[in-house]
Parts: sequence; C-alpha cells; structure tokens
Amino acid sequence: MKYLSYLSIGTLFGIIMTKSQAISWFRIYEMFRFDAFHMYGIIGSAVTLGAISVYLIKKFKLRTTAGDPITFTPKNRSIPRYLFGGIIFGLGWSLTGACPGPMYTLIGGGFSVILVVLFSAILGTLAYGMLRKRLPH
Amino acid sequence: MEQLIDWMSQPWPWYVAGPLISLTMILLLFVGKSFGVSDTLRTTCAIGGGSRVSDFFDFDWKKQVWNLVFVLGAVLGGFIASTWLQQPDPIPLAQDTVVKLQELGIRNAGENYLPTEIFSWESLLTLRGFVVLVLGGFLIGFGARYAGGCTSGHAISGLSNLQLPSLIAVIGFFIGGLLMTYLLLPVILTL
Repeated sequence: MKYLSYLSIGTLFGIIMTKSQAISWFRIYEMFRFDAFHMYGIIGSAVTLGAISVYLIKKFKLRTTAGDPITFTPKNRSIPRYLFGGIIFGLGWSLTGACPGPMYTLIGGGFSVILVVLFSAILGTLAYGMLRKRLPH
Repeated sequence: MEQLIDWMSQPWPWYVAGPLISLTMILLLFVGKSFGVSDTLRTTCAIGGGSRVSDFFDFDWKKQVWNLVFVLGAVLGGFIASTWLQQPDPIPLAQDTVVKLQELGIRNAGENYLPTEIFSWESLLTLRGFVVLVLGGFLIGFGARYAGGCTSGHAISGLSNLQLPSLIAVIGFFIGGLLMTYLLLPVILTL
C-alpha cells in the first residue's frame, strides 16, 4: 500500500514533467539562453509554493500520514562541493537537456537511447564514490 | 471524459506545472520521504555491489527502495503522458532559440521533445552523439553526487527549505549550464 503511494506520486510527477515539456532538451537550451520565461516560471512557482508549504509544515508541526513528525535535514555548510559539483552537474544538464527525473520519464516516453544517458550517470556516480576522498568538499 | 483528456493533452503552462511540482514534493513529505531523484543512482550502485569499490556505497539501500518505486512511477507517467495525452502541436519555443539551433545544424526544433539527430541509437556511434549521451550522462551522475543533489534535491527541495548550500549548488548549475550553452555546445553540436 505504501509502495502504491510512491508509485502514484512518481506517475503524477512523470505526467507533469512531460506535459509541461520540462523533459524537453529544447526547453532546457531555451532556458540557458534566457529566450523564454517558461522554465523560470515552472521552477520559480514550484519553489515559491514549496517554501510557503515547508514554512507552514514547520509552523504547525504537521505530521506524516503515519503520524510521525515531518523532519528536514539541514545540508552541511560548505562551499566547494556545492559549487564544483553544481558546475559539473550544470555542464551535463545543459548538454543532455535532462536532469535525473526527466531521464526516467523520457525512457517511459519511448526514447530508449536515454538508457545510455542513465547508464553513464550511474557510472558517473560510481566514479564520484571512488574519487570522493581526493576531492575538495 | 473525452473533453477532459483533450484538455489535459494541451501543453501545460508554467503556472500549472510549477505548483504541481511543489505538490509532488509535499505529497512525498506527507508520506515521510524527501524529493531527490539522483539518490536513485547511488542506490543502484549500492545494489550492484558498489561497496566493493567505495564505502560511499556501503549503506542500507533497502531504505531507499521507495525512491526506486517513485522513479518507476516517473517512467510510467512518461509512458501514460506520451501515449494518451500527446499534444498534436510542436513545442512553442522562442523564435530566437529555433533560429540559433538552425545555425548549429539542429532542424525541426520543438517537433519532438529531443533533437532526434542526436538522441538516437545510430547517433551514439558518432562523436557528437557519444559526447552528448555518454559524457553528458557521466557529468550529471558525477556532479549530482558531488553536489549532494540534483534539480529536485537542491533547486526544489533545498531552496524550498531555504538552504544556503542549495542556493550555491543552483548557482553552480547555472555557471555550468551557461558555459556549456555559450562556449562548448556550439563546438560539440557541429562535431
């Protein structure tokens, strides 16, 4: 039953990403060229409503459907890992036009060659795990 | 019902999509989980025995199975939307974008979700296709884990929780994205 809820939320997410064209390589290229407001509108409104919701969840100490407190883990303070990691991610995001969420959705949409991108992303994750201790964090 | 499907088949504007993405994050919070898609890549490494090469993959991956089920849903959602909710018209891209892409040899911009010249199995054997698909994917996986999250974890979940590290990561996403778009992509696309 719990797994059915994760599956349905994921399905909703996949439909949203497809219908908003956020899975489109063209939309990401257009965003990085500042040619249209579309992607900024999507991310901006998602973050604005998200921030209001998180504030309200904390203020009213809302609980999960199972009755547990909803917790947020603060991210560790540092600059290098977020900046360098972010730049590397940004290079890949604008090259393939897909971040991890859209990758899965594109595969479901019939673009089977995205399996190659996903496999390479798994290899990239593995490489990070192996080099992690030698990188500035 | 048919009218509803017709209506849903139109492209969704940003002010519908953005709030629905925050709804996705909120629903996950209420079932006790946090929205972060790139974690599934690390989980996959762990399931595949990654702990043999790095202790970074030595964790109880069974607690992350929920996220694999979530992305299975994302695959299913992609299938549903492109099978039954397919829009008839091309993506209404900005004219400047279409013109610029024509200069770089990408025709029919917006007729599909992806430029089919690059995103095909045949293209994988060309230098351009290999760089976009293989190198691009590698950078995404490496960068997301180095930064501790991707667009969902940092730009949506992290910024919603007003996390400064997430803001630094998002600034990084844009530095990388702009470098690629303005300096590297014009070279890569014409390889």
